Amino acid sequence: MEYLSIIFLEVYKILFLLVPVLVSVAMIVWLDRRIWAFVQKRQGPNVVGPFGLLQSLADALKYIFKEIIIPASSNKVIFVLAPIVTMTLALISWAVIPFSENQVLANINVGILYLFAVSSLGVYGIIMGGWASNSKYPFLGSIRSAAQMVSYEVSIGIIIINVLLCVGSLNLNDIVLAQEDLWFVIPLFPMFVIYFISALAETNRPPFDLPEAEAELVAGYQTEYSGMMYAMFWLGEYANILLMCALGSILFLGGWLSPIDLYPFNLVPGAVWLIFKILFLFILFALVKAIVPRYRYDQLMRLGWKIFLPFSLIWVVLTASYLFYFNLLPTY
Amino acid sequence: MIAHAIFFYVFSTIAIVSAIMVTASKNTVHSVFFLILDFISISCLFIMIGAEFLGMIMLIVYVGAVAVLFLFVVMMLNVTQQKNQWFSSAYSSKHIPIGLIISTIIFFELIIVIGGWKYKPELFNSLNYSLNNEISNTHSLGQVLYTDYIHIFQMSGMILLIAMIGAIVLTFRQRSGVKKQSYFKQISRERTEGIEIKDVETNKGVKIDD
Repeated sequence: MEYLSIIFLEVYKILFLLVPVLVSVAMIVWLDRRIWAFVQKRQGPNVVGPFGLLQSLADALKYIFKEIIIPASSNKVIFVLAPIVTMTLALISWAVIPFSENQVLANINVGILYLFAVSSLGVYGIIMGGWASNSKYPFLGSIRSAAQMVSYEVSIGIIIINVLLCVGSLNLNDIVLAQEDLWFVIPLFPMFVIYFISALAETNRPPFDLPEAEAELVAGYQTEYSGMMYAMFWLGEYANILLMCALGSILFLGGWLSPIDLYPFNLVPGAVWLIFKILFLFILFALVKAIVPRYRYDQLMRLGWKIFLPFSLIWVVLTASYLFYFNLLPTY
Repeated sequence: MIAHAIFFYVFSTIAIVSAIMVTASKNTVHSVFFLILDFISISCLFIMIGAEFLGMIMLIVYVGAVAVLFLFVVMMLNVTQQKNQWFSSAYSSKHIPIGLIISTIIFFELIIVIGGWKYKPELFNSLNYSLNNEISNTHSLGQVLYTDYIHIFQMSGMILLIAMIGAIVLTFRQRSGVKKQSYFKQISRERTEGIEIKDVETNKGVKIDD
């Protein structure tokens, strides 16, 4: 009986986290399309519901009722597993995101490593989908994407090391609390810029959307997918984008801390501030999609390995030397 | 405690079964996926004994980087064809003795290691560091690695760096006759350089690219 109640409580907590995440993913897709349209002086989706807010819901219903087609020559088990892997990995990483000091599903000691590990697993969904389709364009797309994600993970890892040097802990709540006096975006501004660009590449967003470059590869690894399976890839992708925005706001923008530590602002719950910061970063993501043209593949690799990696490594040395010289290293 | 035991047995069963499936499955790509499953369940076991840092590093390094490389290589090579040649042709018997010898050596090495653990308990009590439950295991690992073992740690890092550079040097080849795009040239091109006006003589034409 005791176990049963614990299990029910945990399931309730998980649903309380996941349902809002999924709903906000649907809303964020609408926001993305809307911003994209406004930049190009179009209207965007504005028919279904007020301001077209229910457009994503209508799309999701359409995907659910479509027939799932599995290619005859595909590797069926892996073909079905790929979208499930993508979706699961995009959702499990939300377990460690702190929405305020106590509102976190799992406050683990190695939270940032967990996020990094899960995002490095995200490449499998894409490789599996591309390989199991047994077709040329998906395979090319998945190989491009794997190389791209692995390269940009390296630079994200080194940026995280920069932040960790200033914090002295791998716990996400400690990282937020260390920014009470000064958000890390101010002393580590170049790292914030590099994090933002690497996050674009890591989530395969334009201008780095080479894995699904529609002019070259039809739709990359998603070409053979249809119906609900395609929708799962699509949901997982946007959940990942939201996650990268959340990670960016935790690492650099002070997470759930209020920007002004004064009376009326203190009363606003931390989750609201975190959501505002995530939205701010997401709007930047959407604007970049509308404004910047697509990168060429060799330029993408050059940017990751020859510019971002050395620059963030040098910044690690600088941060460490600065902290050591002025005796600011966090003590434990 | 019961829940702990249940999870332990679940993860260790998955680890052992997937380890067997790595060698048993016919499709090479499948065996790489089983290897990944094996890594993941072993990192879960690490986390269960409280070594959360090791578990996460295991996930990041082995699953996030090394296994992706395996997967790439296996997908690129036409392994199924090779495998059929190895096992069904007349030359198949050549490879089996070598495999047997290597596996016997590994088996005896494992026996020696486990035997040392069993019959010489002081081998494993030589650890001088008292476990401190106050600090997280990331901190305690760092305190050992960067103080007492700093030279060994840095030396292993240097060896890895040299191995990486060596691999790059070995596979790097300069091909002649390849047209390369230079970013600086492309970006710094002006309109005046883009067009070149030539006087063309009748019945002779012009040569491009000279």
